[in-house]
Amino acid sequence: MSKIVTFRQIKDNAEKEYNAWLKSEPIRIYIGAGTCGRAAGADEIIGSLKDELERRQIKAAITRVGCIGLCYLEPLVDVVKPGKPRVSYGNVTADKVSKIIDSYIIGDDPKCDTLLGTIGDEKIDGVPKLFDSPVLKPQVRIATRNCGFIDPEDINQYIVRGGYTGLDKALKMTQEEVIEEVSNSGLRGRGGAGAPTGWKWNLCRQNPGDKKYIICNADEGDPGAFMDRSVLESDPHTVLEGMLIGAYAMGATDGYIYCRAEYPQAIKRLNQAITQMEGYGLLGDNIMGSGFNFHLKIKEGAGAFVCGEETALMMSIEGNRGMPRPRPPFPAQSGLWGYPSNINNVETWANVPVIMEKGSKWYASYGTEKSKGTKTFALAGKVNCTGLIEVPMGITLREIVFDIGGGVIGNKKFKAVQTGGPSGGFIPADQDYLTADYESLAAAGSIMGSGAMVVMDEDTCAVDMARYFLTFTQSESCGKCVPCRVGTREMLGILEKMCAGNGAPQDIDRLMELCTAVSRGSLCALGGTAPNPVLTSLRNFRDEYDAHVNEHRCPALMCKDLISFYIDPNKCKACMICARNCPSEAIEGGKKMIHVVDQDRCIRCGVCLEKCPVKFSAVIKLSGEKMDVPDEPIPVGEA
Amino acid sequence: MPNDVKIGEKIDAILAGFSVDKSDIIPILQAVQAEYGYLSKEAISQIAKYLRLSESVVYGVSTFYAQFKFVPVGKTLIRVCRGTACHVRGVSRVLDEAAKILGIGPGETTSDMEYSLETIACFGSCALAPVLVANERVHGKVTPDKVKNILDKD
Repeated sequence: MSKIVTFRQIKDNAEKEYNAWLKSEPIRIYIGAGTCGRAAGADEIIGSLKDELERRQIKAAITRVGCIGLCYLEPLVDVVKPGKPRVSYGNVTADKVSKIIDSYIIGDDPKCDTLLGTIGDEKIDGVPKLFDSPVLKPQVRIATRNCGFIDPEDINQYIVRGGYTGLDKALKMTQEEVIEEVSNSGLRGRGGAGAPTGWKWNLCRQNPGDKKYIICNADEGDPGAFMDRSVLESDPHTVLEGMLIGAYAMGATDGYIYCRAEYPQAIKRLNQAITQMEGYGLLGDNIMGSGFNFHLKIKEGAGAFVCGEETALMMSIEGNRGMPRPRPPFPAQSGLWGYPSNINNVETWANVPVIMEKGSKWYASYGTEKSKGTKTFALAGKVNCTGLIEVPMGITLREIVFDIGGGVIGNKKFKAVQTGGPSGGFIPADQDYLTADYESLAAAGSIMGSGAMVVMDEDTCAVDMARYFLTFTQSESCGKCVPCRVGTREMLGILEKMCAGNGAPQDIDRLMELCTAVSRGSLCALGGTAPNPVLTSLRNFRDEYDAHVNEHRCPALMCKDLISFYIDPNKCKACMICARNCPSEAIEGGKKMIHVVDQDRCIRCGVCLEKCPVKFSAVIKLSGEKMDVPDEPIPVGEA
Repeated sequence: MPNDVKIGEKIDAILAGFSVDKSDIIPILQAVQAEYGYLSKEAISQIAKYLRLSESVVYGVSTFYAQFKFVPVGKTLIRVCRGTACHVRGVSRVLDEAAKILGIGPGETTSDMEYSLETIACFGSCALAPVLVANERVHGKVTPDKVKNILDKD
């Protein structure tokens, strides 16, 4: 390619290549092949699609796209025929592929059992519009606008959908004007803390230095969070364009993307994207003839949660143990190798190009007074429609769980939603009127965090969940400061004691004391926020803690050491299913003899409860009480 | 030619792709581990020499990060996700089942060097919880009774 200089030339070229690509094949099939899609079987679907198309000698192009967030409907297959809107199919299996080919690719009837709906403005009679569904209707897609719609490995598709227009605009403005635009949009850090992005950029710009660095924090370590992975896999250029705009505004010439090694596909996509940008002269020296130089490197993390903390992350890039250091000095004053540096999260960067393209006023029209724009959440746990969602700030948790999430699995009782991962807290079901924005979640003792949102039902134990999060923070504590290193270990010890049925009433007070010490005394946010899951569960589910320590009982019937399984002698029909499936051979009984659980051998795995046919429902799970059952198997009907 | 000399030459070839700069230490450790599956004593000392750092510094950095291993791993690496969504959806029984079938605990390798078992903080495939990854293959919605089948196939 001859050296392209202006954005107009880049855009013309991208359009030309994109149109040629479109024309090359009349029928196009798009498959969601992010990590989630592939785990759900996208590769097998692609294989059987190719086989079927070849067998029937149908010409069609198959394109792997990212994720539109409907993880529970993966694998997703979209079909576009000339002059027709895009038709989407969900939960596609290899054997259903030929049905889609028969009915819609050969035939003209999109209807079949995997049909979800059409995408776009045009309609097909009798087919619903996918984006009118309860899951998608309340969503507003800004950071994820291209996810699932473009081939993430093709820069031209990004450009055709408005990509790099924001950069072109920014390069024609002064640094101050760009920062003002970002400030006016109200954009705040999407990594968790929520610092105003424009303010942060301005600090970095104003600090003198021969060199400045910008960093993209893609070390998404919160268990339960996958927003950044999804964006990087589905639309890497929006993050890279955001970084370019930021670098220009702050006067930085070098940048790093620190991405966790557990995301190999994201790293691959970023590398491809960078190569393509270099091909268009969008990276390197004198970008689009503006005199602006920018160089970008990818650093792979190596598995340390604390490296999501900005000073620890910089230590890691420099090749050290990733331990945080006290602030000030802030990274904007003295960051990477002592130079002024700015760190933003993946989602923050992903919003920047749209803000520049469409203007701060447009962006600020979404959200609440103090929390502008949208936020992505990884909706998971005990909810029907799991997935990646992007909603305007200010939407209620109830709308997220019940409208978008489709409610709790198996119609169980909704207990709580946990936001912010190990740094966040539990918001109980009776506060589901709370809105998803920085202020309201903080007031509830939780945090927005990067966007993990895990739904819990009545079978989830609050004490066990607090123990779970402390296990995580304790093992990820870097060990530099005493309150975090020792404090989290002590807290975990108490919680483990409680879950094992060895807790004492005074443990609760001791736990609260430790919470205060750890949150006040820790050097960085890892320790500072580690007590949040404990504090919020204590605040909202104190009765469960009391039951654990006073009665050694787990009301949610989850803590293994506090539960027992019994077989109701009046209901057991001696079918042997539970006995055959029991992994520890703890169930005695025989033909026409009711079954009995040997409590000493039982490992409390719950397989018997799952396997007992619903029509009998003879297995019962109890905590803190015993059931009167015979010691030995007796004939059916004699109980 | 003795085997360790060959290995030494191979590591030299890997090192040649990097500059003598401390900030390259993690990428170097990753590249060496990608080739051998773990970081041997000899490899650490060779890396230290190349970067002109003491071995203790290289050990210090490598032991900080969960990714690095100092003993060989099995042919198939089974990683079980301990993320929140997986926890809520009962991954501990999947882990128990895998441990039972393989006869090893998390962090261990079978004596025939066929399998290693590990837990990982979160794979970020939460919508498919519980998740188990066999080498690079991600398996979603895994139940204890599916574990044997997955282990047999991979």
